[in-house]
Amino acid sequence: MSGHESTYVPKTGVEKWLDTRLPIVRFGADYMSLPTPKNLNYWYTFGAILTVCLMIQIITGIFLAMNYVPTTAGAFASVERIMRDVNGGWLLRYVHANGASMFFIAVYVHMLRGLYYGSYKAPREMIWILGCVIFFLMIATAFLGYVLPWGQMSYWGAEVITNLVGAIPLIGEPILIWLRGGPAIDNATLNRFFSLHYLLPFVIFGVVVLHLWALHTSGQNNPVGILIPKDREKKDMIPFHPYYTVKDGFALLLFMTMFAVFVFFMPNALGHADNYIPANPLQTPAHIVPEWYMLPFYAILRAVPDKFGGVLAMFGAIGVLFVLPWLDTSKVRSMRYRPTMRIFYIAFVINGLILGWCGGQLPDAPVIGNFSTFNLIDGDLNSFLWLTRFATLYYFAFFFVLLPFVGLKETPLRIPLSISEPVLRGPDAMSGAVPAQAEKKG
Amino acid sequence: MAESVVTNEAHHGAPGGPEGEATRRDFIHIAASAAAVGAGVMVAWPLINSMNPAADTLALATIDFDVSKVMEGQQVVITWQGKPVFVRHRTAAEIQRVIADNNASDLKEPQTDQERTKVGHEPFLVVVGSCTHLGCIPTFGTGDFGGWFCPCHGSHYDASGRIRKGPAPLNLVVPPYEFTTDTSVRIG
Amino acid sequence: MTISIRKVLGVAVAATALAVSAAPASAAGGSKEPRKAGFSFEGPFGTFDQAQLQRGYKVYREVCSACHSMELMSFRTLGEKGGPFYDPKAASPADNRFVRALAAEATINDIDTEIGEPMTRPGTPADKFPSPYPNRIAAAAANGGAAPPDLSVMAKARHDGANYIYSLLSGYVDPPAGLTVNPGQYYNPYMAGDMTPFWTGDHDAVPKGGFIAMPPVLNPDQVTFDDGTAATVDQMAKDVAAFIAWSSEPKATERKQAGMGVLAFLAIFTGLTYASYRKIWKNVGH
Repeated sequence: MSGHESTYVPKTGVEKWLDTRLPIVRFGADYMSLPTPKNLNYWYTFGAILTVCLMIQIITGIFLAMNYVPTTAGAFASVERIMRDVNGGWLLRYVHANGASMFFIAVYVHMLRGLYYGSYKAPREMIWILGCVIFFLMIATAFLGYVLPWGQMSYWGAEVITNLVGAIPLIGEPILIWLRGGPAIDNATLNRFFSLHYLLPFVIFGVVVLHLWALHTSGQNNPVGILIPKDREKKDMIPFHPYYTVKDGFALLLFMTMFAVFVFFMPNALGHADNYIPANPLQTPAHIVPEWYMLPFYAILRAVPDKFGGVLAMFGAIGVLFVLPWLDTSKVRSMRYRPTMRIFYIAFVINGLILGWCGGQLPDAPVIGNFSTFNLIDGDLNSFLWLTRFATLYYFAFFFVLLPFVGLKETPLRIPLSISEPVLRGPDAMSGAVPAQAEKKG
Repeated sequence: MAESVVTNEAHHGAPGGPEGEATRRDFIHIAASAAAVGAGVMVAWPLINSMNPAADTLALATIDFDVSKVMEGQQVVITWQGKPVFVRHRTAAEIQRVIADNNASDLKEPQTDQERTKVGHEPFLVVVGSCTHLGCIPTFGTGDFGGWFCPCHGSHYDASGRIRKGPAPLNLVVPPYEFTTDTSVRIG
Repeated sequence: MTISIRKVLGVAVAATALAVSAAPASAAGGSKEPRKAGFSFEGPFGTFDQAQLQRGYKVYREVCSACHSMELMSFRTLGEKGGPFYDPKAASPADNRFVRALAAEATINDIDTEIGEPMTRPGTPADKFPSPYPNRIAAAAANGGAAPPDLSVMAKARHDGANYIYSLLSGYVDPPAGLTVNPGQYYNPYMAGDMTPFWTGDHDAVPKGGFIAMPPVLNPDQVTFDDGTAATVDQMAKDVAAFIAWSSEPKATERKQAGMGVLAFLAIFTGLTYASYRKIWKNVGH
């Protein structure tokens, strides 16, 4: 936190010697003693969980790379050799493959938490934007990694996603060929994807450091969403260690238990059976779908009838997150005190799940029952095509219509003066609809 | 949503309860920390172990070879576990010379020729073709002792594969092998 | 606090539900859901039945391997712990006498190390299962254009793999009247496909299933099981499905057993951390 006084006192001679030359121990100690709001709930533990997810992916990835062969002839067999012959290789590979899914579960919870408590608002815009950069890099890394086993879904996923670039007018085609290193997805593509898949996690690590730096500069948000005034710091803040190390640790272990259930008892449940069929450039699987965590964006891509338009919509759905801090006009951070917006927020989460559901279905399939209603432009109203379109519309309306206008029109609940107040006065004290006062304190 | 809220505002800072509970409190923290260390070891082991030879590598540990293919006075180099193995069919003169040298004073690792061959198959010498100095492959039939000479740093081996001169500390290694028939050896 | 844990778990459940809902919609027409064979290896505690794996290997070797390769399988794997020919007395899978004998039955293409010409030799435990065709093109050419798929990981490459293989092999039926079957193809209700274009009957009652280039290959008593089990089509289909399920993931039993240990450890570790957490937060939270 800005203005956080260093409390580290070097004790031994070695520590003193080091402290005047490279104050790395001081850095770690200050990090651990960082004053943190004491009302952070379990939704705030996902930052620590994500850090561990990143480390797990990097470490298992390094060891997997020791046995992986990035050639079209050898990739599939080398992955199965890891599964069969390398000591504990099945464990490394299943942890890495399921770890990607766990990483995305955690990042979606983390982002939705930030959205709910207004963690993107001033003075924390940079934390949010760096987080969006991490999210974008995660998607890229996950996509590159999914190609490496060289199964049918790997190959056709790479085919379809690289073709998105080809949708760019005029320059699309040359860029596409450059990206693939040839007219088709082949050895050159696989080899460069492997190289980039190895590189990007370290880039993510670097951005995570910046993300934390920004966090420690502008301070941790909290569920009440108010800035903690200087004179309340002693009462409302506690040092990060041991309070949040142990709380994050407990939440992490619950998360790891879920992770272990997937790795040891249903390791292929989150994947697709077709990816155990070696890549065949002459035969497309009957129904190709991306990994579950990409489905909402894949649905948005398919919602737009125009090829380039679909690509723009999909990247726009991620891009809009970057400008979120300037779309929300409300002075109140936490949606706990914004009853109207809170309903739209819950609808947004459900809408995201619907988009994910749509992304895994055939566009023409009926949503309810097995009947058709009437044809609207290019598809039946009772089809996933139209459900996807309505959901896409809500996704963008949430950012471009609801956040700007509800923020101007709504009447927020009265906001407590300190994070301790809700307890002292009981929950009834919060229900009166009194306009927001909080920002006067900030 | 307000789950973690404060009842005792005055207390802030050091964790824990009253003094009397110190022992039990410490035990919990120590046990939790010990479990964390245990978890670290449990995580580290599969990672380290994954770098050990894999099952397919270990499965290639034995090979069969027909020694009747080696002409007298010649050697054949075969590959065993990724390393060269010399199978040498020695002449009577060569055998005579190495037996005479069994007690030579320049042997760094004294061994008799009989210890390095199989009874009844004395003409055949099977050694790993990797210099015991730093692993180069010695060249056949050169050097001061009629065995091998390592071109990298000048080690001289006799026709029993024993180090006689130069920086190598040990004799050429005899791999585990046996004659499965009169003319067939199984190495490994 | 407890509410919050429930919420966290709720998120986990929701994420799982999302993942499950991501399973692909079946194509129009679709195929019949596989019948349940009731395999011993299902569930978190299930293990493979060694006698069944041995029977299944025999069916693969005597029937399937005429057309289907298992390129990722080595003979030595048969002797691994939990495998069909595991022998606790053998020093290693490669030393296993059953494995050595089975490997020696196979003819392996190799290169003569002295003259560099192609040659054949008896197999060793380190060898992979030999393939019936030299390459994919040859396999396709010999089978009317459709290369028989490799079976190494087949149980993982199909939804509900083991039950699917069992159902498909034992599920051939005569095509319903009104279905046009092209020469060289066979109707199977468990095969993926869309029968609409070939169906002349009622458009709302298109039969489920698809066309498969593989004829019904299993006939009663085609294989003589060494343990005296009656070789019915159902039995052979079930046994070979179990064998392929094992070969698709030979480490599955080891994985589940390790998982039990990991979950037990995590339960203790989580409990200790929770106790530690309650102590530390005693005078702050609640």
